[in-house]
Amino acid sequence: MSGRTFAEKALARAAGVSDCRAGDILDITPDIMLSHDNSAAIRRIFEEIGASRIVYPERVAITLDHAVPAPTTKHAQNHAEIREWVRQQGITHFFEVGRGICHQVLSEESLVLPGETILGADSHTTHFGWLGAFGAGIGRTEMAALWATGELWIRVPEAMRITLTGSLPPAVTTKDISLRILGDLGVEGGIYRSVEFAGDTISALPLDERPVIPNMMAEFGAKNAYLPPDQAIFDYLQPRHDYVPLYPDPDAEYAAEYRLDAGQLEPQIALPDRPDNVVPLSQVIGQPVQQAFLGTCTNARFDDLKIAAEILRGHKVRCRLIVIPASSQVFLKALHTGIIETLVEAGAAVGTPGCGPCMGNHMGIPAPAEITISTANRNFRGRMGTQDAPIYLASPYVVAASAIRGRITDPREYLS
Amino acid sequence: MSTHRCWVYGDSVNTDVIFPGRYTYTLTTPEDIAARALEDLDPTFAANVQPGDVIVAGNNWGCGSSREQAVTTLKYAGVQVIIAASFSRIYFRNCVNQGVLPIVCPALRDVVTTGDVIELDREAGRIIAREHEFTFPCLSPSVQAILDAGGLVPMLQQRFKEQLS
Repeated sequence: MSGRTFAEKALARAAGVSDCRAGDILDITPDIMLSHDNSAAIRRIFEEIGASRIVYPERVAITLDHAVPAPTTKHAQNHAEIREWVRQQGITHFFEVGRGICHQVLSEESLVLPGETILGADSHTTHFGWLGAFGAGIGRTEMAALWATGELWIRVPEAMRITLTGSLPPAVTTKDISLRILGDLGVEGGIYRSVEFAGDTISALPLDERPVIPNMMAEFGAKNAYLPPDQAIFDYLQPRHDYVPLYPDPDAEYAAEYRLDAGQLEPQIALPDRPDNVVPLSQVIGQPVQQAFLGTCTNARFDDLKIAAEILRGHKVRCRLIVIPASSQVFLKALHTGIIETLVEAGAAVGTPGCGPCMGNHMGIPAPAEITISTANRNFRGRMGTQDAPIYLASPYVVAASAIRGRITDPREYLS
Repeated sequence: MSTHRCWVYGDSVNTDVIFPGRYTYTLTTPEDIAARALEDLDPTFAANVQPGDVIVAGNNWGCGSSREQAVTTLKYAGVQVIIAASFSRIYFRNCVNQGVLPIVCPALRDVVTTGDVIELDREAGRIIAREHEFTFPCLSPSVQAILDAGGLVPMLQQRFKEQLS
């Protein structure tokens, strides 16, 4: 058999069939079924369906991350309901308040492996493409159906290939690559496609930078996104070897192709209120900001915090800087290496690992008209909890440098 | 054939403006969820929407978060049909699962404005608006079966009832 995309191979595997093509409708059983603070709502739908036991509790993963620690009684009650459900159903992959953001935690726990399929009640489940897995977001009702029946229909998506060539210049990151793709092709550019990356840039990328690309492809409309797993991924997953990585065939059929020369890329920034409203950073230098946010599933891993510390060392911030590590593991490593100390000395407010203010629940909601520069993936109007509070999206370099001046700043001025 | 009043919106309307994330874990009743529909996009909508009204939109309707309330907020407000040039995939699936009919009809938004009344023939896949006629493709049988059952929950309720009996 030849001519198959990654998505065709991964979904055939998840459906237990020998072959499939784009357009086919399959019933699949994912390796992992992920939900988070929405699990209590999913439980209510599950009970409404008339089901009583989760079919594959060992495949279910639940993290508390969207509003942690609970900001209100209602949120706390929601968490309490989830804990009770986890006990009742014998769910072992449960991660408490403070462990971190679902996509980061499941990666650290090696719960998702190359070639596997994960469906998550979270749109950024595309994230798991960084491990060479098929990850897609679904709705709450679909997660309830998965818990109840163990399977869900899926239409095999058409694929597009994005080839990245060259090595990234100093202070240019995978965030800039992702923003440039969005700027060039728009938020509909990958709509309903398996976005499969290729090219020599990928294997040179540090591991912490890789998830940014498939994570941000949720903003591109992608069904899933994929980076071909290499030796660095296999080493990261040690001691696990119980998987078979999947690669698209050289003659796979792609509905679209796009190439980006990463070696020529400048730092990029998304202006309010859309992630595809992207310009080179140089066009907005000097724009005042009142808040800088370093966090989220997109850019709050160890390397992101380290980059910020390198820029901020010896400086004091002129605007609020909120730092929320992606996980407890990231937090600990940043503590042990003195990174947190550097950030706090510069004036950062460091919060509990989790999603923080990304979707406006708590821990850094801006006042009306206040401007935030953020390492997150979304800058839609009202996203951070306040309707008219514009959000700019950029890399950890740009966010850290902008915090120093309280204005959007080129980080290359602070590179040692 | 049924008639429907239209609310017309643009391209890539995202779920944060359809149903803001700040309410996702705090609002749970249909009335409360419906009251916030399109709050950050069109503040006139929630107070004026009538049962049977339809949304007519451009490309990529419902991009962004997977939150299902972005569909249920409209459903609870009385919207049973959403017609767009294209849908974000998760949103499309959420519509089907909620028993809300998603219709892909790229040209409709070019001829209607908010307040216009259109005629819809679901079975024949036909829309008449301002004397223009549009057709739309039927859904795949597995998707149509979910809609016919009234959504994924009623469909599975039936299946679980049959398993018990």
